[in-house]
Amino acid sequence: MKRKILGSAIAAAVAMAPALSPAATTVSDGIVKLGVLTDMSGTYSDLSGPGALEAAKMAVEDFVAKEKPDFKIEVVSADHQNKADISANKAREWFDTQKVDVIVDLVTTSTALAVMKVANEKNRISLISGAASTPITNEQCNDTTVHWTYDTYSLPVGTAKAVVNQGGKNWYFITADYAFGHSLEKNTADVVTKSGGKVLGSVRHPFPGSDFSSFLLSAQASGAQVIGLANAGNDTINSIKQAKEFGITPKQSLAGLLMFISDVHSLGLEATAGMYLTTGFYWDYNDETRAWSKRFFERMKRMPTMVQAGDYSATYHYLKAIKAAGSDEAKAVMAKMRDTPVNDFFAKNGKVRIDGRMVHDMYLAQVKKPSESKYPWDYYHIRQVIPGDEAYIPLSESKCPLVKK
Amino acid sequence: MNGKHIGWIVLLLLGLVAPFLVYPVLVMKILCFALFACAFNLLLGYTGLLSFGHSAFLGSAGYLCGYTVQGLGLSPELGLLAGTAGAAALGFIFGSLAIRRAGIYFAMITLALAQLVYFLALQFPFTGGEDGMQGIPRGHLFGLIDLSDTMNMYFFVLAVFLFGFWVIDRAIDSPFGQVLKAIRENEARAISLGYDVDRYKLLAFVLSAALAGLAGATKTLVFQLASLTDVHWHMSGEVVLMTLLGGVGTVFGPIVGATIVVSLQNYGAELGQWVTVLTGTIFVVCVLAFRRGVVGEVALLIKRSGIRP
Repeated sequence: MKRKILGSAIAAAVAMAPALSPAATTVSDGIVKLGVLTDMSGTYSDLSGPGALEAAKMAVEDFVAKEKPDFKIEVVSADHQNKADISANKAREWFDTQKVDVIVDLVTTSTALAVMKVANEKNRISLISGAASTPITNEQCNDTTVHWTYDTYSLPVGTAKAVVNQGGKNWYFITADYAFGHSLEKNTADVVTKSGGKVLGSVRHPFPGSDFSSFLLSAQASGAQVIGLANAGNDTINSIKQAKEFGITPKQSLAGLLMFISDVHSLGLEATAGMYLTTGFYWDYNDETRAWSKRFFERMKRMPTMVQAGDYSATYHYLKAIKAAGSDEAKAVMAKMRDTPVNDFFAKNGKVRIDGRMVHDMYLAQVKKPSESKYPWDYYHIRQVIPGDEAYIPLSESKCPLVKK
Repeated sequence: MNGKHIGWIVLLLLGLVAPFLVYPVLVMKILCFALFACAFNLLLGYTGLLSFGHSAFLGSAGYLCGYTVQGLGLSPELGLLAGTAGAAALGFIFGSLAIRRAGIYFAMITLALAQLVYFLALQFPFTGGEDGMQGIPRGHLFGLIDLSDTMNMYFFVLAVFLFGFWVIDRAIDSPFGQVLKAIRENEARAISLGYDVDRYKLLAFVLSAALAGLAGATKTLVFQLASLTDVHWHMSGEVVLMTLLGGVGTVFGPIVGATIVVSLQNYGAELGQWVTVLTGTIFVVCVLAFRRGVVGEVALLIKRSGIRP
């Protein structure tokens, strides 16, 4: 009851704001505190890590400079070491003792799921950019989580559809033998057959793997045009390297189903040339993305991955929602985040759905040949823009209980 | 009143005061790992067996407890029992195979078996694979006490820890413990004295596994999740680190070691990429300078200074 009264009071205050300007924002304890919780030292520190923290800080600086809010903003960060128990403990401690209002990034799904549950229990918000699994916005969804950048549906689905349409009809999968790999393979295979392609077969490798020779040879023997790599991280990197050694590429082409620009950077264009992949962001896409990415590059000496760009975008959108809502109470801010479309260098007309999915356009990219790359980090041809509504699981198929059917 | 009594009193007082000084969930985590390290120490410190597969007991008990509470909807104390019993059974299988060999082969067999368990945890549908088992309810203890309250949970964890620690302490002081120490010092002599060494080793192994399982099951209730981290071989390494840091073969050593390692992980997390470097450096310094571990060195100092506590 109390909350309801407070809610309507806030609503009234917001409604009257233009007349009574400037309306003061009622932020708990006068400070909005962001916690960047990510992998600072392990496998994923390249694609999120310190860059994610820097991106969040940039968002705060830009917001303060541009919107001149009447509340203070602080950023804290921690290394969750990819362990669910450390991240759950850290998040709980931040909420309980340091009054953190929102947690940003969260790479690896187990840590993201653990934190979004704690956050929901404490009525705080999680802005997930690093983690990929679809349960975040399906079976395990809740009303204080936003999944910003990409997921294990949008990446393979975009790639598969586009590759089949461009003539890559026959597919063969090399799949990491665990739940994540299986779901990646299934999502992709469904799209391949739906788009008129054919799956010739698949082979499963143990996770984590280091020797992919036998799997690559059976993929080679299958004669498929496209070899889908339904794995991630080091497994993907190793399989690409070895595919090059076996002379599989460029005769057959590889499709990375979960790849980042940081992977391409560390593998080099020699090994990756011609590969198709889907990304939520490419730094060299247009003037806006270039302008932001160059600022990021000055600070980090690397170009941003989609995860890092997503962190900036999510943080900025969140802060704007606080200003618009005139409060940092989670439900009020979430409502504003859903109501306002996301329009920045990262997304055009992006929308936050009821299940927490931020729907925005994705890009199908093909990795350039070394001869085509003119300057550092000049890695992708953007072949196609995949509209957000096609890239993500439609609400009608969502398994999220918040979606009313 | 001897040193050990003083230790017990200090431990009790610290246990009662800690949650009001430090963040309680962190203390609960320390207690879980302290119990885990104490269980491991029973094997390494008192029987001289270096198991490199203890993560299997911690992790599988966590999953079993999680499944009992979440999947079957039973109460938390039954979850703990299921976890502990499961770990004990697993310990019996591991132990019966591993104690046939000694030294490095023993360590390798336990590591190999633990990797099997890791693989199962990755593949079984009920564990949630790499997403882990999430959102496990803490429930009501004996149907009465609401464990979702942090302080209730804390004192429950403290009670579980003290019980586990008491069991280990009793085992070490009993004639059974004396035989274990005899095996550690000179196995051939223990055999010649007529002891069925294999049976003692197996019993120690099962006891250690069961208590490690109790720690794992409790941890699952504290964090409301069970993940692959706990069955990964890194965890088997971490418990060796905790035990060595604190002082192998000392009663209180593993508690100190677990406190150091867990606090480092927690407070170090805000240092970003430096946390692993810091842990590594501390381990190197400890191995080079304090070979007996923190508690071992302190005990030696007291002994040398001639003070009889």
